Amino acid sequence: MVLTITFWLLAIICVVAALMVVMLKDIFRAALALVLSLIAVSGIYITLQADFLAGVQVLVYVGAISILLILCIMLTREVQTGAAPGRFRVAAFIIGICFFVVLGFVFLWTPWRISPASPPGQTVAIIGNSLFGENGFLITVEISGVLLLAAVIGSIALAREK
Amino acid sequence: MVGLQHYLILSAALFSIGLYGALSKRNAIAIMLCIEIMLNAVNIAFAAFSRYVTPTELTGQIFPLFIMVVAAAETAIGLAIIMNIYRKRGSLNTTKIDLMKW
Repeated sequence: MVLTITFWLLAIICVVAALMVVMLKDIFRAALALVLSLIAVSGIYITLQADFLAGVQVLVYVGAISILLILCIMLTREVQTGAAPGRFRVAAFIIGICFFVVLGFVFLWTPWRISPASPPGQTVAIIGNSLFGENGFLITVEISGVLLLAAVIGSIALAREK
Repeated sequence: MVGLQHYLILSAALFSIGLYGALSKRNAIAIMLCIEIMLNAVNIAFAAFSRYVTPTELTGQIFPLFIMVVAAAETAIGLAIIMNIYRKRGSLNTTKIDLMKW
């Protein structure tokens, strides 16, 4: 019961904040609404009993990516009028509605095989084992480290004053 | 009682909102904000499938971690490119960035 109320509350906050990101003209306020939406998504991970994922969401998205976005908004001068929608507004709206209808139809009418097993209480040990243990995702972890290094070097090279 | 389909519909709604924004916005940073919403929607779908379809093995919670890594790299590179464009042209309007348009 508590889970249901929490889910609906977080889902409404999440969708309304996402709509504010899309609708607001002031791009700085849109970024703040995005932060609210990201925090609500972190709460939704908690209702899914993915505690490690919720922590990583707060660390990476709310902590790092949103700060980067807000810093970049402050460094550019198109804050007030920046987020005005363009010429393709109506077409984009129709595409979005069609996409949602098709996706909702597929989600509601597919017979998902729900497993009756209960999830483990602590996920950190299992995630760590499958990331770094045998038959795990070790090579992917190392490749993502290389990707981050390449991104850091690339962004420094791009943003450097010539 | 909240089930898998509630989470999937929430994910679809967030993805559609992000899609609408990414297609209709003209400011480059606003498009990046909408792309973040879309990536989060996909992460919710992964976590929901992990919780309800295969609750004991957490592969569905590992994929969002890699998506977050790629999203961080994408944001860093994208914002560096956007700052570079802003410095050169003084505008972030994507309809005016047409250097490579034939």
